[in-house]
Amino acid sequence: MNEILRVEGLSKTFKLSRKQQKIERTARKEIVAVNNLSFTANQGEIFGLLGPNGAGKTTTLRMLATLIRPDSGDAFLDGCSIVSQPEGVRAKIGFLTSELKLEDFFTPNYLFDFFSQLHHVDEAVSRERKRQMFSRFGIDRFAEVKVANLSTGMKQKLSLVISLVHDPDIIIFDEPTNGLDVLTARTVTDYLQELRERGKTIILSTHIFSLVERLCDRVGIIIDGRMINCGTLEEVCGGMTLEDRFFEIYKEVKGGEE
Amino acid sequence: MKSNTWTIIKKEFARFFGDRQLLFTAVILPGLLIYILYTILGSGINKMATDGMDDMVVVRIENLPENVAPLMESMPSIEVMQQPFSQEDINLLEDKGLNMVLMRFPEAFDSIVAVYDSQSGESAPNVEIYYNSANNASARVYHLLEGSLSAYEDQLSNRFDINRSDAEEAQFDMANTDDVVGGILSKLIPMLILMMIFSGVMAIAPSAIAGEKERGTIATLLVTPMKRNELALGKVVSLSGMALLSGVSSFIGIALGLPKMIQADMAGVDLGLHYTVSDYVVLLITILATVLIMASMVSILSALAKDVKNAGTMIVPFMLVMMLCGLMPMFQSGTSESLTAYLIPFFNSIQVMTSVFAHEMKWMPVIVTLAANIAYTGIAVWVLTRLFNNEKVMFSK
Repeated sequence: MNEILRVEGLSKTFKLSRKQQKIERTARKEIVAVNNLSFTANQGEIFGLLGPNGAGKTTTLRMLATLIRPDSGDAFLDGCSIVSQPEGVRAKIGFLTSELKLEDFFTPNYLFDFFSQLHHVDEAVSRERKRQMFSRFGIDRFAEVKVANLSTGMKQKLSLVISLVHDPDIIIFDEPTNGLDVLTARTVTDYLQELRERGKTIILSTHIFSLVERLCDRVGIIIDGRMINCGTLEEVCGGMTLEDRFFEIYKEVKGGEE
Repeated sequence: MKSNTWTIIKKEFARFFGDRQLLFTAVILPGLLIYILYTILGSGINKMATDGMDDMVVVRIENLPENVAPLMESMPSIEVMQQPFSQEDINLLEDKGLNMVLMRFPEAFDSIVAVYDSQSGESAPNVEIYYNSANNASARVYHLLEGSLSAYEDQLSNRFDINRSDAEEAQFDMANTDDVVGGILSKLIPMLILMMIFSGVMAIAPSAIAGEKERGTIATLLVTPMKRNELALGKVVSLSGMALLSGVSSFIGIALGLPKMIQADMAGVDLGLHYTVSDYVVLLITILATVLIMASMVSILSALAKDVKNAGTMIVPFMLVMMLCGLMPMFQSGTSESLTAYLIPFFNSIQVMTSVFAHEMKWMPVIVTLAANIAYTGIAVWVLTRLFNNEKVMFSK
């Protein structure tokens, strides 16, 4: 399999403001979110970053999406460096997180065209892709309805569609089913599998074991910003369930505290 | 390949023209409000000025001198009563609804005045006039009486005249209408233009950048392959265009409302607005350059702000500095001679606009101003690009 993503020693530290220190109840002036993280992902696979809240999953994905810069280390997506070629990286990826919002004022039709233009997608190709994706996600009936008037589920489906307007080879999803109702969640996970079948690489973060077991070809367990274990499900679990194996690892790392 | 900057500009304009509420607030409302405000102010001032002007006023006079009596007879809308009055009568004037003036001459006023020597060191005979300035009719008659008596006093000791216009065409003030009107306009209009542009920028910029941060939509743009400088330039240019529209609306409001306020009939009065094509071109280019630099600076503040409310607070000091620049022409005669002064943003625009309105425009300051403002806009776009690249600025909560 072709390696399409290589992460090499990524690290990120955030300074804590006094307000954050109070909230976190800590005297530390900074927090290490990601600590010398390395892993690879191959073309046509779904790679899951599994970890508890605050493990550094989202920070890692945001660095891969070039929204934030690493303090040290680098990552290469299809040969493009996130440090020195951020625009090249952004052209190759589709990034979706619940933090990314769409302007309420516009319609799905307008937004699809707008983001297609920003990705320089050919007009005819964009039109056909829009038709297919809107139909696939049931957005076609709401194509001229302002985002503000769409249901939450429909907004999330639209966000997914918009992140894929340019048919990227690498798709990065932060907690892809978070906050979705069961029907929308199922639509999204089915679509992720469909994308894998089409040879796309998907990097997702989650803390849901069942999602990893059902979708991921390989998984990386991340705790306190460090990659603790990485490999295929069989390699990581060693005959145990993922949940049991995760808690075993977690206890080893944290010394018994849960 | 289509430019991403142009895509951003189109999107911002689609948002602007598609949002009726925003369009109404930013384009229609400023002009409409200025027109209504000026019209109401004008009619209010006019009413205050004319109220009670034709009302009959009783002038009660104690010791009316023979020589003064004919003056009283010639005054319109007054009824003269020769009658002494007391302090109680004076206190009655506190009622502002009473159309009355009380006037007391010293006894034998005519003969005292006839022998009075101003060099003697003695106090001159004093005429007391009691009135109520809150009553327009009473105030009008007071000024009439004071004016008439002053004229009578001048007549008694006339030694020489100044600028007596015996000849019909005598002209002593050699200023032409253009200079007079230009002088007035050059002190007022540049500040008004600056404030109009600023109000336009303020109506749009915080929502376009701080608002996008607040709503989380800026991050969606930042994960596209678009370069940050394309995003910055797209924002600045589109905001400038919208601000210009808002400024034009305010300008139309002022143009239509000002005559209402000053009660001048545009059709019948020559306001002396005699400007050349190059004056108008310089004015337009200066306004455009000012809009660009203002939009880019407000965009920077808006990008630094956490949300729209915070942006409003951060922009206030900037607004005060600009108002100060706008007030400068009122405290200086002419415009700055030093070319270095034209490197100061906003102050330079004000100086150029002042020179245009005062018919004193010179090309070198205009060129320096335009070059400086375009350079500053370039720097501001660069700073904005850096801010769009700064994760702390873009994603801080």
